[in-house]
Amino acid sequence: MSTHEVTLTVNGDTHEVSVEARKLLVHVLREDLGLTGTNVGCESSLCGACTVHLDGDAVKSCTVFAVQADGSDIRTIESLDDDGELHPVQAGFEAEHGLQCGYCTPGMVMTATDFLAEHPDPDREEIREALEGNLCRCTGYQNIVNAIDTAATELASEGD
Amino acid sequence: MFPDSFDYHAPTTVEDARAAMADADGEVELLAGGHSLIPAMKSGLSSPDVLVDLGDVTALDGVEETDDGLAIGATTTYADVLADGRLGTVAPAFAAAIAAVGDRQVRNRGTVGGNLAHADPASDLPGAALAADATVTVQGPDGSREVGADEFFLGMYMTDVGPEELVTTVSVPDRDGEVAGAYRKKPSPSSGYAMVGVAVSLTVDAGTVVDAGVGANGVMDHGIRLAAVEAALTDTAAEAVDPAAVGELATEDLDTDLVMDDLQASAEFRAALLETYTERAVADAVDAVA
Repeated sequence: MSTHEVTLTVNGDTHEVSVEARKLLVHVLREDLGLTGTNVGCESSLCGACTVHLDGDAVKSCTVFAVQADGSDIRTIESLDDDGELHPVQAGFEAEHGLQCGYCTPGMVMTATDFLAEHPDPDREEIREALEGNLCRCTGYQNIVNAIDTAATELASEGD
Repeated sequence: MFPDSFDYHAPTTVEDARAAMADADGEVELLAGGHSLIPAMKSGLSSPDVLVDLGDVTALDGVEETDDGLAIGATTTYADVLADGRLGTVAPAFAAAIAAVGDRQVRNRGTVGGNLAHADPASDLPGAALAADATVTVQGPDGSREVGADEFFLGMYMTDVGPEELVTTVSVPDRDGEVAGAYRKKPSPSSGYAMVGVAVSLTVDAGTVVDAGVGANGVMDHGIRLAAVEAALTDTAAEAVDPAAVGELATEDLDTDLVMDDLQASAEFRAALLETYTERAVADAVDAVA
C-alpha cells in the first residue's frame, strides 16, 4: 500500500491532499474537499453521475485514481454558476424541466458543457450520442435533450 | 466498491516503467487509461500488488506519421486519436471502431494501446486492428519487437505480450490508393460492448477492390480474421459487391465449437449476427468508396 501527496486544482483552488493510491478521484472530491455535488451512482463506469472535467475533458471520476490526477485541473458542478446565476446549461435544465430526482443531473450537466464546447451547434441526435455515458431513470431523456438544445441556443446567442 | 490496496508508481520514461515492472514484488499491472483495469479492480476481479501508471510517459502519447503510415502511441486516448483525424483517412474502419468504444467520457480516458493489450474479446478494436493490418510494437528486456495483429491476440485477455514487456506503439499502414472502411456492431444492451462487431477495410484502385481486410470481435475468445470474406471482396468491382452474399461467407471457416456462448447470446445466435453484421459493414464500406 502506498500513500501519495497530490496537488489538485479544483474549481480554481489548489489543494494538497494525502491519498492512498487506491482512493478514487470522486471520493477525494466528496470526502476530502467536501464537494458533494459530484454524485456516486453505479460505481462501475456506466451511469456518469460522477462526471467531472479533468484538464478540460469530461471523465467519470469513479474510474480515475486521485493519484493519477496529480497536477491536474479539475472542474466540478460547483464551478459552473456565476455568483448564483446559473450557467446556461443549468438554466436550460431548469427551463425545460430536465430533471426530476436530480441525482444524475450534475453528471449530465458536466458532460453537456464538455460536449457543447466542442459542438456548439449540435443536432438532437448528436446530443443523444453525447449523453450515451449518462443514465437517467426519471425523465426518459426527452427533456434533457431539450435542455441541452436550449442551452446550445443560449450559448450561441451569448457568443454573438 | 473499493479496490484492494496496492503500491503505485508513475514513471516518466519507458525505461523507468520497465524498471518499475522488474523491481516490483508480486503481481504487477500496467495502468494506461484504466477503463478496463480500474472497474476490474473495483469489482475484485483484479488485485495487483503493484500498479505502474504509464500516464506520465509522454513518449507513449500521440499520433505520428511514419514512412509506412501512422504510429499511435500506446497511451493515446481514443478521443485524441479521433481529434487528430489522420487515422480516419489512413484506416477509416479502425477510426470507426475507436469511435464506437464506450461513451464520450470513456473515450476521453481510455487508450488504444491499453485496449489492445487488455484483449477483451468483446472490445471494438481487435477486428479493426486485423482489418487494418495493424502492427503492435512491444518493448521488453531484449529491446523492442513488432507483432502483427494476426499473431497478437491469443485468447480471452491473452496476447503475445510477455510478462516483462509493454506495448509502446500501434502502427497502421497507409495503403497506396483509396481506402474505404466501416465498422458495425451489435452492442450488448446492458454494457454496450460488442456482442459481435465487424470491421471492413477496402483498398480500391479505379473502382476495383485490390485488397480487403475483414476482422471481427465478440465472436470467439479473441479477434478473428474473416479470410473467406476478404477473398470474396478482393479483385471485385466495388459496385458489383453483393453484401448479403458476402456476409454469408463470414461463418464459412468458423469453428462453431469455439464461438462464444453465454448469457448475452448463444453460439448459434452469434454466428447469425456475424453474417448480418458482416453484410452491414461490407455494405457501408462499399458505400464509402468514392
